[in-house]
Amino acid sequence: MSSLAVNEQPAAAATSTKVVQPAWVRTVHWINAVAMVLMIMSGWQIYNASPLFDFTFSKSITLGGWLGGALLWHFAAMWLLMVNGLVYLALGLATGRFRKKLLPITPEGVIADTRAALTGKLSHADLTKYNYVQKLLYAGIIAVGILVVLSGLAIWKPVQLQYLTALFGGYDVARYVHFFCMAAIVAFLVVHVALALLVPKSLRAMIIGR
Amino acid sequence: MGRLRSLLIPGVDKQLLVRDATRVMPDLARRRFIAGGASLGALTLLTGCDVTDSFSAEEMLKQISKFNDGVQAAIFNPNALAPTFPESAITKPFPFNAYYALNDAPTIDGKEWKLEVRGLVDNKRSWTLEELYKLPQVKQVTRHICVEGWSAIGSWTGTPLRDFLKIIGADSRAKYCWFQCADAEGYNSPLDMATALHPQTQMTFKFGDEILPRAYGFPMKIRVPTKLGFKNPKYVISMEVTNDYKGGFWEDQGYNSFSGS
Repeated sequence: MSSLAVNEQPAAAATSTKVVQPAWVRTVHWINAVAMVLMIMSGWQIYNASPLFDFTFSKSITLGGWLGGALLWHFAAMWLLMVNGLVYLALGLATGRFRKKLLPITPEGVIADTRAALTGKLSHADLTKYNYVQKLLYAGIIAVGILVVLSGLAIWKPVQLQYLTALFGGYDVARYVHFFCMAAIVAFLVVHVALALLVPKSLRAMIIGR
Repeated sequence: MGRLRSLLIPGVDKQLLVRDATRVMPDLARRRFIAGGASLGALTLLTGCDVTDSFSAEEMLKQISKFNDGVQAAIFNPNALAPTFPESAITKPFPFNAYYALNDAPTIDGKEWKLEVRGLVDNKRSWTLEELYKLPQVKQVTRHICVEGWSAIGSWTGTPLRDFLKIIGADSRAKYCWFQCADAEGYNSPLDMATALHPQTQMTFKFGDEILPRAYGFPMKIRVPTKLGFKNPKYVISMEVTNDYKGGFWEDQGYNSFSGS
């Protein structure tokens, strides 16, 4: 049994009392899920006003109804995303969770676990420990999350935050960075949700903690 | 969904109800703020519930947009200049963009046109184009960023608005310069005083060294490189210095009022 576990019910089976996801992780996770979905759906509607590529998003999956409505949603949900994201980063660093859960990430470990995953041999017996593929994806999505916010700020304030905008290679390039970060998050979301459904106890752990 | 279900009237087809209700609602095409909002709004109207009592996403979003106005005013640095570019970076052709087609853009006789000045100013006399052309002008090559997301670099020449405000004795402690335009639907837009006094905010008379063409707002546009494009009114016919928030063509429809870059 992990030393992290809080065992308030000694009679219960060890596995059912082991806290996989502490309350603060579950709280910020679900707030982030709501904020991300709002940002992505309103972002698609904003994209449609001036598409970067040869396609637009179907109105049935966008939020806001028109550009003005989508911008209202986007610039409202951004506060939820940013404040919640900062809380997550602060607590992740302060509690040592990032260090304990995500490090180290070694190339050998990632290769071995990727091979195991693709051949269906990757174990999910212990949810408290992330395998190397999970470590890489979770660390990567945190980086993309930071990048999507920074590129968004660069597009929003290309005069007041012009050094940030310049860092992205200018206003027009920052739009592409913002778009590809969104694409990476959506790709992650597809895999993340699919795997949570394949391993339901991981979804349970993110809801009730155990 | 629970709330929605509780608002349904037994025995009434909800699809028909919504269809009837939306028919009596004002100009949906332009004012459809939130997908689904119309049907929820229609249901609350017809069931006799006071819409203001119930949760309204639209009202919440408007409040947050006002909060965002405040945040943007707070981070607005009056000394931060919008980046400028070499003439070689100018976008050609520079896009025409408006809520109307170019053919419907106002055609103004420069000899007849006058800029009307109202509100908290010492001298309220109107200005002819000839008089305005005599004021000192500066050129700027800056990026125009549209609320839609696209951007284009252009060259604008004219008189810094803050110089003109000084000449007419405007109260620089007033909150807004409110501009009105010549187009059919009466475009207008408020500009916060801090931005009106920004060194790059300009009464523009020329685009690319030529007299401002009709497409870009002849005879005068207000070029504000620290704001989104829709805060850069074209075909301006009057300016009012005021403490009242008088709204704007797009601002009233939901675009964020400060919309700073």
